[in-house]
Amino acid sequence: MPKITFVQPDGLENVVDAEADVSVMRAAVASGVPGIVAECGGSAMCATCHVYVDAGNLDGLPELGDVEDEMLDCTAAERLDCSRLSCQLPATRDLTVRIPPTQV
Amino acid sequence: MTTETSALSGVASLELDPFSDSFLTNPYPAHEEMREAGPVFWLERYELWGVARYSEVTQVLVDHETYVSSRGVGISDFAKEKPWRPPSLLLEADPPHHTKARHVVSQILTPKLLRTLKEGFQERADELVARVAARGGEIDGVADLAEAYPLEVFPDFIGLPKEGRENLLPYGSMVFNTFGPRNSHFERAMERGAKAQGWIMEQCQPGAPARDGLGAKIHAAAAEAGYGAEDQAKLLRSFLSAGVDTTVHGIGNALECLARNPEQFAALREDPALARAAFEETVRFSSPVQTFFRTTSRDTELSGMAIPEGSKVLMFLAAANRDPRQWERPDEFDIRRKAAGHVGFGFGVHACLGQMLARLEGECFLSALARHVDTIELAGEPVQQLNNTLRGLDSLPLRLTAA
Repeated sequence: MPKITFVQPDGLENVVDAEADVSVMRAAVASGVPGIVAECGGSAMCATCHVYVDAGNLDGLPELGDVEDEMLDCTAAERLDCSRLSCQLPATRDLTVRIPPTQV
Repeated sequence: MTTETSALSGVASLELDPFSDSFLTNPYPAHEEMREAGPVFWLERYELWGVARYSEVTQVLVDHETYVSSRGVGISDFAKEKPWRPPSLLLEADPPHHTKARHVVSQILTPKLLRTLKEGFQERADELVARVAARGGEIDGVADLAEAYPLEVFPDFIGLPKEGRENLLPYGSMVFNTFGPRNSHFERAMERGAKAQGWIMEQCQPGAPARDGLGAKIHAAAAEAGYGAEDQAKLLRSFLSAGVDTTVHGIGNALECLARNPEQFAALREDPALARAAFEETVRFSSPVQTFFRTTSRDTELSGMAIPEGSKVLMFLAAANRDPRQWERPDEFDIRRKAAGHVGFGFGVHACLGQMLARLEGECFLSALARHVDTIELAGEPVQQLNNTLRGLDSLPLRLTAA
């Protein structure tokens, strides 16, 4: 099982074992990781599952789609180069992401 | 109710009619029967497949290549029957056409835009709820609140004229009724809706909506994407079809749930920041959109059951939202639960485009209710408005005390 590490704004870490074929967002929600709101449930419509992907993990992620790109312009916390919506990231390998200070 | 297992396929076959008055009045016992019948079941009366468990409903929603929308999201198969109106470019379309049309709207109706609306939407909810609560005596939660609020903020946002807005409700009701079979609800809705249709189509024409509203923005974005006048009108038609009855029912159902669960209303009063969660829980617990159909584009298999090409599959979204395999205490209305992940707005490429707007309206309304109303109680039995797709109320007698 891939391990997804969620780093909270205060530095605390939640490490989650992701089940097969789920998104990083689903893995977080299934384990009750704080800071991933995911209001729309994974349809890329609410921009409340925003994460900053760890610099070393950026290669090999699916490309940013048009819709995700527009949604990232709507995040409550600052958008960075490493910003992604966790509902669009498959949890297929070990990954470390930081959770932004706010989602709404 | 008899359940037979067809010898051929091993699929449970059910006699129940999900569009009968008794089912539509109280669908929950039948929802349970369908969930327990199996992951996939056969509805004899209409000769189609049904799914009522959370897992299968989401699988059908996600696999839009096997379970297509372009053959209609109602009971009728557009490959065999001519639709009663030109198909929607959004609801009744598949990728890649659907992807392009959806992007026209999603690039405009963003969370960023909705944030700019919040203050105004909240002010108007406060004004309405405070005024109705101060009136005292018995009120109708549907006409006085659940219809009044969306009918005020939504058409203004789109840029529709004040005159004729009453046409939005019968039109929406007609569209959702026509996803079902040609029963009495379908026929009556067509009669009532026919009058409204002329007004709706007039408002959808490029140039008709106010310049600064969402309608004009959609027309402009559609034109830029290469859509002609007819398709520009169709894109706006989607909003006027799906944007009013649904939120009216969401707010009406929330009022009923809060009146029936005083401890939940007390929790909301104590912390009005729970308003958004309370609306979300309403959409799970008492889903305004109960069902949608898909059509199989090829022979397929779902949870071990073979489904041939050209089959209609009916997704019971509201039954999935109370599936005990997915939810703890599914039949309890609990505004503190994490209701995210319910399929009341669908899921995947066809997920409700207006869902963030609906949440905004629901949140503003329930926040106003929490701050301006002290107690809310039923003053009589609520009357269901029976619709082949929607679940909502015709009337909701309430007694409110102002805070």
